Amino acid sequence: MPSRSFWFVVLRQLRQDPVAMTAALVLLVIIGAAIFAPWLAPADPYKASMLERLLPVGSPGHWLGTDELGRDMLTRLMYGGRLSLLMGVVPVLAAFLAGTSIGLFAGYVGGRINMVIMRMLDVFYAFPSVLLAVAVAGALGPGMSNSLIALTLVFVPQVVRIAESVTTQVRRLEYIEAARMSGSSVFSIIRVHVLGNVLGPVFVYATGLLSVSMILGSGLSFLGLGVKPPEPEWGLMLNTLRSAIFRNPLVAALPGALIFFTSIAFNLLADGVRSAMDVRR
Amino acid sequence: MFSYVFKRLLLTLPIALGVTLVAFMLVYIAPGDPLNAVAPADAPVEVIEALKSAYGLDKPLPVQYGKWLLRAVQGDLGKSIASGREVATEVMSAVSNTLLLAGVAGFSGVLVGCVLGALAGYWHGGFIDRLATLLSVVGVSIPHYWLGLVLTIIFSTWLGWFPAMGAGPGGSAEWAFDYAHLQHLVLPALTLSVIPLGIITRTVRALVADMLEQEFVIALRARGLGNRAIFRHVAKNAAPTILAVAGLQIGYLMGGSILVETVFAWPGTGFLLNTAIFQRDIPLLQGTILVLCMFFVALNLLVDILQPLIDPRMERA
Repeated sequence: MPSRSFWFVVLRQLRQDPVAMTAALVLLVIIGAAIFAPWLAPADPYKASMLERLLPVGSPGHWLGTDELGRDMLTRLMYGGRLSLLMGVVPVLAAFLAGTSIGLFAGYVGGRINMVIMRMLDVFYAFPSVLLAVAVAGALGPGMSNSLIALTLVFVPQVVRIAESVTTQVRRLEYIEAARMSGSSVFSIIRVHVLGNVLGPVFVYATGLLSVSMILGSGLSFLGLGVKPPEPEWGLMLNTLRSAIFRNPLVAALPGALIFFTSIAFNLLADGVRSAMDVRR
Repeated sequence: MFSYVFKRLLLTLPIALGVTLVAFMLVYIAPGDPLNAVAPADAPVEVIEALKSAYGLDKPLPVQYGKWLLRAVQGDLGKSIASGREVATEVMSAVSNTLLLAGVAGFSGVLVGCVLGALAGYWHGGFIDRLATLLSVVGVSIPHYWLGLVLTIIFSTWLGWFPAMGAGPGGSAEWAFDYAHLQHLVLPALTLSVIPLGIITRTVRALVADMLEQEFVIALRARGLGNRAIFRHVAKNAAPTILAVAGLQIGYLMGGSILVETVFAWPGTGFLLNTAIFQRDIPLLQGTILVLCMFFVALNLLVDILQPLIDPRMERA
């Protein structure tokens, strides 16, 4: 029997999970629509029209209606996915890299330095995540890059905690001791022997963060702390359309529905990845 | 028990101190000079110097922090730059509105979550179980600010059952226990209660399903105990875990309240934070964050103290 890599097995498991595959398909459509928006979208996302404001869903020429400035909703929802998805992925990726590094370092060094780092991070645990994100983004001032920084800061301590606890467990194992005695450098021990153990749990946790990050990121834009108008972004669109809930409730609810679908797809896929990665047992 | 409480308090103190440090540092991560909000950019140097010493900004950072902390402990959070009023007064009235909302939402969310989770765990794999699983996925995936909007559309715009905005009739900011105020509470509380609902349902379901398989339950059944008595045993064993999860979730709910309050124009901390951020009113931002976080820290401490009261084994952990 040919040897198969761990990730190959995980992928095969995942392919047999109908829920995860449906979620992946939904995500693929949403991400595809966002990436190829300039070629697929029927209109210009910034072109306003005073005569066509708040057209209902199903209007000729505007399938999903128009927003409060008469811009085509379908177009803006497609373009909006670009920034909203970015808000979901970038902070998680950044926290994944920074958190894993800090966690590896703290766990491997151990002792007093570990304690100082971990106690410092405990403080960030005393903040509910929305509050921390709003506080940092609010202090830094509104803007997309500041929201990304704020969200990253929210996730880093959580990732560090997982990476650190796995590293601390693994560090004491005998094969690490053996590697050290056979003359491996610290760097190669971490890269070859520790990282392999840490990446899995951190990866699983990070996939679960994607939906949180998107909800929070769009939430910051909803508060006016993230993306600035006239940029299309789901959270911001939800905010600017709020005044239209009496005149055209369906159109006003659309951007949030997309946040919801994307986030539920992220979560279901993350659940699938988690159980697929359980193959080692 | 006393020494346990004391130990917990000692562990909480550095965290509380760290929170004050983070809140204090918020001013310094803000771009520009904190004085920009009070002094015009072209103010003469003497005026700026005078203002700096008046606000204590000419001192080194640790001294500023020490003084700020000392005043904060005594309940003096400084003056709001925008309105000139005491930050502590403004924060307290907003916090009481937020806590009311969070309390009602947290209580109902946890209660419904427990009932649903217990039923789902009992009839493992049945209809309620599937409903609970669905609900828990939806609960963690739904952007609650959007849920608020959808509930407003359904119950205010279409059905006209509940008011869409505010905490009381005529934009009343003070809470009163009458019918009109209660009506205003329904939609925001319902929206917020979804935040703990999903996780609590999932936790209780897993706990109950797991516990019903355990030997002590089988032993209880063998002794001829009925469902009611078994329920009592299971509840007692599950309570500490549920309490821990509920404490965390109610904290998140307090944070999520910021967004939901914006949707419903609820006169709480969310509203206050919004004002503080967009008027660059850093003392107000600082004060609100600090007070909210302290409630969160206190809540966690309370959970830590309550747990061994239910399960004495935890005292030794």
